[in-house]
Amino acid sequence: MENPIIRLENVDKWFSQFHVLRGIDFSVKQGERIVVCGPSGSGKSTMIRCINGLEHYEGGRITVGGELVSQGDDNIEKIRQRVGMVFQSFNLFPHLSILDNLTLGPIKLRRLPRAAAEAQAMELLERVHIGHQARKFPNQLSGGQQQRVAIARALAMEPDVMLFDEPTSALDPEMVKEVLDVMIELAGTGMTMICVTHEMGFARAVADRVVFMDNGAIAEVGTPDAFFSAPRTERARQFIQQVIH
Amino acid sequence: MTEAALISDTPRRATAMASAPARIALWLRRRIFASWRDALLSLVVVLILGAIAWTILPWALFKATWSAASRADCAPGGACWGFVAAKASQFIYGFYPPLERWRPDTVFALLIAGLTWLMVPRIPGKGYAGLFMMVVLPVVTFVLLHGGVAGLPVVPSDKWGGLLLTLILAVSGISFSLPFGALFALGRRSRMPLVRWLCIGFIEFCRGVPFITVLFMAIVMLPFFLPSGMKPDPLALAVAGIIFYEAAYMAEVVRGGLQALPKGQYEAAMAIGFGYWRTMLYIILPQAIRKVVPGIVNTTISLLKNTTLVMVVGLFDLLNIVSAGVADPLWVGSQAEGYFVVGLVFWLMSFGLSCYSRAIEGGFARADRA
Repeated sequence: MENPIIRLENVDKWFSQFHVLRGIDFSVKQGERIVVCGPSGSGKSTMIRCINGLEHYEGGRITVGGELVSQGDDNIEKIRQRVGMVFQSFNLFPHLSILDNLTLGPIKLRRLPRAAAEAQAMELLERVHIGHQARKFPNQLSGGQQQRVAIARALAMEPDVMLFDEPTSALDPEMVKEVLDVMIELAGTGMTMICVTHEMGFARAVADRVVFMDNGAIAEVGTPDAFFSAPRTERARQFIQQVIH
Repeated sequence: MTEAALISDTPRRATAMASAPARIALWLRRRIFASWRDALLSLVVVLILGAIAWTILPWALFKATWSAASRADCAPGGACWGFVAAKASQFIYGFYPPLERWRPDTVFALLIAGLTWLMVPRIPGKGYAGLFMMVVLPVVTFVLLHGGVAGLPVVPSDKWGGLLLTLILAVSGISFSLPFGALFALGRRSRMPLVRWLCIGFIEFCRGVPFITVLFMAIVMLPFFLPSGMKPDPLALAVAGIIFYEAAYMAEVVRGGLQALPKGQYEAAMAIGFGYWRTMLYIILPQAIRKVVPGIVNTTISLLKNTTLVMVVGLFDLLNIVSAGVADPLWVGSQAEGYFVVGLVFWLMSFGLSCYSRAIEGGFARADRA
């Protein structure tokens, strides 16, 4: 693959005795949309958390834009600024207003003047359809709204890549769509995205490739159509039946 | 019966509609004499309060002598407030030379300005207010009170006393013990073992030793370690002692708040690209400290009262200055009046702190609920 933006080479990781990632080899091109799925405990979240250094990995190497990801290194903070992350549990900062949640990073890390940071934040909040809530605090918003703010907060750092770690799993069913719609719109802008999700509709709508993980290893990679209609492994077939039912 | 029905059905409406005397009657019936048990309890409380007032009021007010030139002018059996009036300036300034008292007055004014700036939520620029209290005010206070520059005569620190000294000790203790406490709390949770051991050792040492011991050791033992002829200033020792001793307690309070924060907050801050210090400063500590405001105020109040222990190193703070006052042959035997007033001043300061704490807790609670 030509100049991948993210490259994982033979990555291994253990949680003490437990081998969570087994020889992961995987690359993502600029502008690609990847959906990662698999049964729980298969290492999906751990893999994407390794990409921005929230987890250590013990073997192999991970690079983002050619830079080696290694925890404790000073450049990890620079890499994290280029890799946005959205969590399952939103993790907004409850002591800051919605606007301040979005502007803190740009002001302190990108050295943006406050006015510019606020203008950019308002634009992003409009993009995630939440502009009128800017002065409120996180716990005044619904889960779906909070998750859209979290997406906007990650985008405020103008990242090259966005990682989504089960962004809709903690939401009530009626709020899943509003978050997925925002993610689909984001995909339309050409953002490079890696999404850990079980939302198969989303995968079919935007994914260039689906990565199926099982037991710490990548079991299958394919286009959404090929993966969902003709999975090559028995494990993937079982999994698809369970999530579609 | 109709009255009772009115009370139980819509108590608030009924209260709001009734006239003033009826409202009081209703309040008495509902809150004080609701049942015979409540009535009995209320009566006991009233009796206790009455007995206390019965002992204090005649002494403090009815039989008191309000102005007097010496103890001999005062009627026996009543308070002799002439003592407090005569020694008021000593209670406030200690032995600060009368001609130079505009200097402590300026310090008081700056302190009130700084506190107002810091504590009134509507005034902007809290960061600068903090800088003023932590850097500008201590330097200005020292230069102004000590003198020796710009033609100001030197007033050595053993002349400072009374309320002035108590406020110097308390404000410097309060301003610095929280930041240092936060640092020790972070150090105690550090991943670097040497930093962690040092912080644990320091915190456990301070918490395990009475404050008086720390002061004694500082004043008696420190000169052995300093070059001969160098005598540490007792006030500087007392200030440093209070700051670090109370910082150990603050550290444990702040640690409680740190432990209550979910891991997601650290991860979200790191994922944006914040390093350790920025994560702590902008994300973790503001939330941790909000969670433990009552504990911080509790420690602050105990700090305020601990400042009176500096009498063991020979400082005349607001409490100890009373003993200097009664050493005056004119006023022998006036301890009760002196300690009564000093107690009142300490109580007012502590009560003010707890009122302020309740106000900001209320503010945080509204922000959380809203």
